[in-house]
Amino acid sequence: MSNSTTTPSREYLKPPVTEVGVIGWLRGNLFNSWFNSVLTVAVLLVLWKVVPPFFSWAFVDSLWNSSSEACRDIEGACWSIIPQNISFILFGFFPDGEQWRPGLAMLLLLGMVFYSKDSKRWKKSLFVYWTINLIVMATLMYGGVFGMQVVETAQWSGLPLTFMLALFGMVAAYPLGVFLALGRRSRMPAIKTLCVVYIEMIRGVPLISLLFMSSIMFPLFLPEGVTIDKVLRAQVAIILFTAAYIAEVVRGGLQAMPRGQFEAADSLGLNYNQTMRLIILPQALKIVIPPSVGILLSAFKDTSLVVIIALYDVLKTTKVTLSNPKWTGYSTEAYIFLAVLYFVCCYAMSSYSRKLEKALHTGR
Amino acid sequence: MNETKNQTEAVTADEPIIEVVSMHKWYGDFHVLSDINLKVQLGERIVICGPSGSGKSTLIRCINRLEEHQRGQIIVNGTELTNDIKNIEKVRTEVGMVFQHFNLFPHLTIIENLTLGPIWVRKTPKKEAEEMAMMYLEKVHIAEQASKFPGQLSGGQQQRVAIARSLCMKPKVMLFDEPTSALDPEMIKEVLDVMIDLAEEGMTMLVVTHEMGFAKSVADRVMFMDAGQVVEENTPHAFFDNPQHERTKLFLSQIL
Repeated sequence: MSNSTTTPSREYLKPPVTEVGVIGWLRGNLFNSWFNSVLTVAVLLVLWKVVPPFFSWAFVDSLWNSSSEACRDIEGACWSIIPQNISFILFGFFPDGEQWRPGLAMLLLLGMVFYSKDSKRWKKSLFVYWTINLIVMATLMYGGVFGMQVVETAQWSGLPLTFMLALFGMVAAYPLGVFLALGRRSRMPAIKTLCVVYIEMIRGVPLISLLFMSSIMFPLFLPEGVTIDKVLRAQVAIILFTAAYIAEVVRGGLQAMPRGQFEAADSLGLNYNQTMRLIILPQALKIVIPPSVGILLSAFKDTSLVVIIALYDVLKTTKVTLSNPKWTGYSTEAYIFLAVLYFVCCYAMSSYSRKLEKALHTGR
Repeated sequence: MNETKNQTEAVTADEPIIEVVSMHKWYGDFHVLSDINLKVQLGERIVICGPSGSGKSTLIRCINRLEEHQRGQIIVNGTELTNDIKNIEKVRTEVGMVFQHFNLFPHLTIIENLTLGPIWVRKTPKKEAEEMAMMYLEKVHIAEQASKFPGQLSGGQQQRVAIARSLCMKPKVMLFDEPTSALDPEMIKEVLDVMIDLAEEGMTMLVVTHEMGFAKSVADRVMFMDAGQVVEENTPHAFFDNPQHERTKLFLSQIL
């Protein structure tokens, strides 16, 4: 109190309007030098030329659910291609009338993924739920019980195939990659060499060639009469491919671990398995979340390469729709739809990974 | 002092808990440790000092096999250290180690850092391990921080947690590898106080340190090492007041 009487009272003036608020922000961020001013104006011009026409094409002059004939007479987008063909795009050759089955299976899958997001639920029970869910999903897809017609895997196509290849690819590739990374750092020369050869060989070939090998070469080596499901072979190829990349990323994380962590674990008497499982991997895997998510995202998008071994993922079913004479010429609309679909999935993954990173941050 | 009950294959009172016999170690071609002989009785407190690069850290790191020795013998609690990983793990459970840079596990809370060893190595039930951990945290005056992460504590607090973590394994010997060298000056005392408490309770301790005050007041013996050899070994009184070797005199004149 006595302080306030001794300090002379003074006025607090507002800063000039050109420094704060909208004008201040514009000056600071868009027009802070002549070069930036030129850039700002140029970008505004480009946007003016591009955005309104796109907007009227996509939303004003467009048709959303009409016949293909009606689309011939309009200037704008023919989004009708999506709703009119949605069941084929999403479920491909799954028999008509049975398509609720893959639909339900996908809902279950997404529900499970959503449920697993919370790290508080990472307990043994989660593993049990997943097992039950996988069995239910497999039953729904394959059928053969409860009066459901049998649907061979050759007919599995569209979005369920994409999700299946991507999700199981990632889930199985990650632990395999971790083991490969540990093996590559092993002191035992045989294991180390094996892992190095595997990783370098897989990384040295494109995924397409692996898929070809799995679909064309591999069956030649099998004894007569033995066949392995084509979808399964593609799935295994994707897993093996992704695992090699994951392994190198995880190895980077292991190398970033300070030696003191190993020594502290050793000096407590923890054995190798305990040290890795309790001390090293939890920290190393946290460090490599950003690059591993990058790999998982590209693995997700790479599943579309299975078209070359005649599997009909969601990209291929869309292409087939476009080859229907009724709907040819609307590829822009169809591909925009696909792009949005892929974007939603990828964005969900990357934003989840950022949340996970934050949740695992412990102040160092 | 005689805490040897309940030890099955362990040493009796007059047998040394640690025995190092003409031990040599090389890093590649470099002869780091040369002909080291050392006997430590239960309850003894030994301070090892010497200029940097003299091999004192390497010596105590050999005792729990963080470093491998190439010649001679190291016998800890009746077990000889060889390449046998089971023996090494057995020795490590009996020997606690405190590091210069604490080496707490940053992804675990303080209490989890403490209970990890007892739960996974000693197979102590979780609840019991937590009670014991809290007891040791009280002892190092840091119980209120139990649920924090190491990154949220100061250096001195982290080092006290590290000491408590080692104690939770109920070790027979504690090794300290320059425990105060990485600390800000005002935090050194809080760590040394904990170590003095420990010494007064009769813990067997091997301490590599530059804290000569600690050596004077706590140690039973002071070992001076230079160039990979033990140059001089004596009671603190004799060591500080009447050093025998030129190198010891030079060292003491530089640090005191």
